[in-house]
Amino acid sequence: MARAVSTRRKLFVTLLAWSIGIAIFFPILWTFLTSFKTEAEAIASPPSLFFFDWTTENYAEVNSRSNYGLHFANSVIISLGSTLLGLLIAIPAAWSMAFVPGKRTKDILMWMLSTKMLPPVGVLIPIYLMFRDTGLLDSRLGLVIVLTLINLPIIVWMLYTYFKEIPVDILEAARMDGAALWSEIIYVLTPMAVPGIASTLLLNVILAWNEAFWTLNLTAAKAAPLTAFIASYSSPEGLFYAKLSAASTMAIAPILILGWFSQKQLVRGLTFGAVK
Amino acid sequence: MGHIALKKVTKSFGTTQVIPPLDLEINDGEFVVFVGPSGCGKSTLLRLIAGLEDVSGGTIEINGNDATSIPPAKRGLAMVFQSYALYPHMSVRKNIGFPLKMAGLDKAAADKKIEDAASVLNLTDYLERRPGQLSGGQRQRVAIGRAIVREPDAFLFDEPLSNLDAALRVNMRLEISELHNSLKTTMIYVTHDQVEAMTMADKIVVLRAGYIEQVGSPLELYRSPANLFVASFIGSPKMNFIEGKDAEAHGAHTIGVRPEHVSVSKTEGLWKGKVGVSEHLGSDTFLRVAVDGFEPMTIRADGEVDIYHGDTVYMSPDPTKIYKFDAAGQAL
Repeated sequence: MARAVSTRRKLFVTLLAWSIGIAIFFPILWTFLTSFKTEAEAIASPPSLFFFDWTTENYAEVNSRSNYGLHFANSVIISLGSTLLGLLIAIPAAWSMAFVPGKRTKDILMWMLSTKMLPPVGVLIPIYLMFRDTGLLDSRLGLVIVLTLINLPIIVWMLYTYFKEIPVDILEAARMDGAALWSEIIYVLTPMAVPGIASTLLLNVILAWNEAFWTLNLTAAKAAPLTAFIASYSSPEGLFYAKLSAASTMAIAPILILGWFSQKQLVRGLTFGAVK
Repeated sequence: MGHIALKKVTKSFGTTQVIPPLDLEINDGEFVVFVGPSGCGKSTLLRLIAGLEDVSGGTIEINGNDATSIPPAKRGLAMVFQSYALYPHMSVRKNIGFPLKMAGLDKAAADKKIEDAASVLNLTDYLERRPGQLSGGQRQRVAIGRAIVREPDAFLFDEPLSNLDAALRVNMRLEISELHNSLKTTMIYVTHDQVEAMTMADKIVVLRAGYIEQVGSPLELYRSPANLFVASFIGSPKMNFIEGKDAEAHGAHTIGVRPEHVSVSKTEGLWKGKVGVSEHLGSDTFLRVAVDGFEPMTIRADGEVDIYHGDTVYMSPDPTKIYKFDAAGQAL
């Protein structure tokens, strides 16, 4: 009997998990399907899920109206650039916090995190004005800088957690072996922290890729990444669901594929330290 | 050259002083063992010499030069850690070669040194493996290899054998002693195990709560311990202490008798007792004997002795080997 109950329970849990999974995935699926509908079918009621005239005209239209290549290149440069710059700053910072903590290290970490609690719109005007006056508006460099600053607390926190797991003996051994500070970081600490650094890199590329507030407010045309590309299809003149969906699909596909292939690394990275 | 002198060295963590002002001189080529119970400051002392901790006061001289503020990398010392502290992402070859790489040695010369060290340490077949694929003893050898390739002025060992099983520990102990005989380099070795101290050291430094209780050769410490602490710490099984009228008869507050300096008989002797536990090892017999008015005494008898639990025995100390201590615990 016990076995029968456990099978039924398993069935229930499986169904529940699948339902939740599908519910979470549904908007993405819906966007994907809508991108292959005509504008009329896209707003039809009741909507058809699979049975409609599949068309790729939205993709052709979107491609002719906007420069996808430029936005894609901007997204890649901004997300990778801000992440790499962030890592460059965060690795030494996390090293010092993890291995030579001072009295205020915990406070500094909390303070860094607290900046993430401030609504970004609160500093929009000062940052906008600073960008205007320094000529950083609508520049890739400007976005790389602002996204680095936005995500730096998370990068430092993640690396700090990974570095804490590295036995300090090994770093001391490197010191005894004649390694100067930078050799210790480059030859010993960084290679040992590669899994952690890789997860941090992935997560921050994703965060930066999806970041919409600053990228929309600080760009116009030249430096506009894919978020601005999507936004350009939701215009005051009326919504074009099918074209918007096509644009969205094109914008999220690269990061979705990246996320899919790196999910093992991501999960390991995000649970690092929590589950031993 | 590996002459190290500590002059009035102190170390505090916050308000806790772990090393009170301490002077110590370690001569070139000596095998010095720091021994003491856990928390006595022996590892801290080693780390101060290594430069991994900064002194709170005093100076450390290496080969006559003030090294107090020189970083560990530049002190010319090599260290073997309790946890081995190998670089897990590097092969054995790269682990051993890391100090050479840091010293900027060219690859051909480095390879030669790595292979020489590997052959001395029986690691030649494992050079391309990662530390994770090695046994504990092999890892320990890699750690030693990493230390010897740079030909340091002195080796520092921080309880290097405590993660090994008993049989391997005895082997590695011999290997380290042989290494010292062949290299003749200064070695400073930290352990809480007095057997390791006694078997390996030229000079033992007994520490308690940061204070040096006594410095001397193993047999000096065995024959003439300066106080009760050293007397009880050096020697296995530990010395028996007797207070009261038996001690007063020798003009002392406490007398100490080593288990191996008591003869035991079933018929006559100075003290009468009842055997609690008897351990028959073949080569030796250890008896734990309850004596009226004393702490239970431990007796070591040579070879096989026909005495068992519950037997009544008589014990007599060797009168020439009785240690006398005053009320403050100092040797008389």
